[in-house]
Amino acid sequence: MKKTIVPIGPYHPLQEEPEFFTLTVEGEKITDIDVAVGYNHRGIEKLSEEKTFDQVPFVVERICGICSTSHPLAYVRAVEDIIPVTVPPRAQFIRTIIAEGERIHSHLLWLGLAGHFLGYNTVYMWAWKLREEILDAMEILSGNRNNYAMFKPGGVRRNIKKEDIPPVIKKIDSIISTLTMLKKAVVDDPVLHARTKGVGILKKEDAISYSALGPTARASGIRRDVRKDSPYEAYDKVEWQIITMQSGDVFDKLVVRVLEIFESIKIIKYCLQNLPDTEIDLNLEDIPPGEGIGHIEAPRGECFHYVRSDGTNRPIRHKVRAPTFMNLPTYKSTIVGQTISDATIILAAIDPCYCCTERIAVLNKKGKRIYSGEGLVRLSQEKTEKIRGQLQ
Amino acid sequence: MNREQIVKELKDLFKEDIVDFFDKSEKRIYIEVKPESMLKVATHIFKTLKARFNIASGIDTRLDIEILYHFTVEDINLLISLRVKLPKKKSIEIDSLTPIMKGADWVEREIHELLGVKFTGHPNLKRLLLPDEWPKDSYPLRRDYKEWDKGAIRDRGV
Repeated sequence: MKKTIVPIGPYHPLQEEPEFFTLTVEGEKITDIDVAVGYNHRGIEKLSEEKTFDQVPFVVERICGICSTSHPLAYVRAVEDIIPVTVPPRAQFIRTIIAEGERIHSHLLWLGLAGHFLGYNTVYMWAWKLREEILDAMEILSGNRNNYAMFKPGGVRRNIKKEDIPPVIKKIDSIISTLTMLKKAVVDDPVLHARTKGVGILKKEDAISYSALGPTARASGIRRDVRKDSPYEAYDKVEWQIITMQSGDVFDKLVVRVLEIFESIKIIKYCLQNLPDTEIDLNLEDIPPGEGIGHIEAPRGECFHYVRSDGTNRPIRHKVRAPTFMNLPTYKSTIVGQTISDATIILAAIDPCYCCTERIAVLNKKGKRIYSGEGLVRLSQEKTEKIRGQLQ
Repeated sequence: MNREQIVKELKDLFKEDIVDFFDKSEKRIYIEVKPESMLKVATHIFKTLKARFNIASGIDTRLDIEILYHFTVEDINLLISLRVKLPKKKSIEIDSLTPIMKGADWVEREIHELLGVKFTGHPNLKRLLLPDEWPKDSYPLRRDYKEWDKGAIRDRGV
């Protein structure tokens, strides 16, 4: 059969950051994929060599608006690993609360977008409505809905006031019942089963070879979570479960994320109710020469920072590895053999830290058929409608 | 295997290859190996110890280019960093890890374009992040990097 090249990009079909996919298709079937990234390369690693140890958290916080806790947390842990020190218990608990709040709102954001692209706009509206409650709770705790600026090497920058705890717990409790309903609606829906089960499977051995991380790996049956394997902050003081699924398709990735939200709620509530009464900062002064590694579980997987100090007030090398860097290449094994109408949801299933707009062009060699980004989404939504019609 | 067994096994197996063994803390080990035996040691850590490949990070230390390969053995919560020091010659080369683990693909492409290290055996060593118009022999993370684009406005943080 004649091969056709389908360029997608340089904007991601689901989210709003640039990257470029070249899909090779035979008829409807995808036979190869090539990913080009780097459209938004900002040279953060180089930039942070020019900032002092206390300034770097503000730089890395702005790597991504959704992961605005993961990067500073991994960075401050790397700096603390150079010395090495452990922060006071209250600071550990506050860090855990902020990190888990971020996980909830990140997973809800993904759930909403995934719903939208499958043609479930109700899921999209509900999930984002719940996300607002969490963002409000984070505003009470940190003063910001995003980019919380809570972490510094040696502790946290801002304490949690006693009178703020009850309203935050109330906000978090308020989403549980709706979230349970949403979970049932999503997980038990036969159309969604037909649409996402067996689609975009990442096999366990591939996940290991690609070193896949986070929910992407856990959906393929790999029971790995930095929070359990290498407990940091307060995660070893709280009781919670790692969520794993076995088949590695889009549906399992979805279920893992939905169930993880409930675990995060459990962790936040425990930490808020058992906040120890200690200092929140070690007031570190000098960072000695040496090297340190901080790795933490971000919403999308392990976030890894390596910092080297030569005894001055600036790092001489700061390596940042976001989880998507390892998860993105798994497309090569998940998308090949699938149809073009499933491409949007498979490309979205790893929750890439990229975004998307309508600047997608799908054309054949003669340039006759042109889809916009909306067109590709519509293709995906139409398929869901068709399945729904067949099931009724 | 527990931590002591792993450390002992590594020291015994690769007696000839290890240049320096630094037991930093309970959770961190730094092993410096000879560049030519890196592939052998990394394969052992990845396949036999069932470690997960985290990332490789490169650094220009003025004297040489240093690459650190980080692996996590999750069952015992141990992070092993393999260090290789590559002398600054005209062509800096090291074996590629991509044939044994697919996850190293992008990592090596990134180090290749930012530090100019050539990974022999890499199936597709093209650029990952830098734009197409970037000059061929200009590596932004090298210490001797000079701004090539006269029209660029870059805030150097001063």
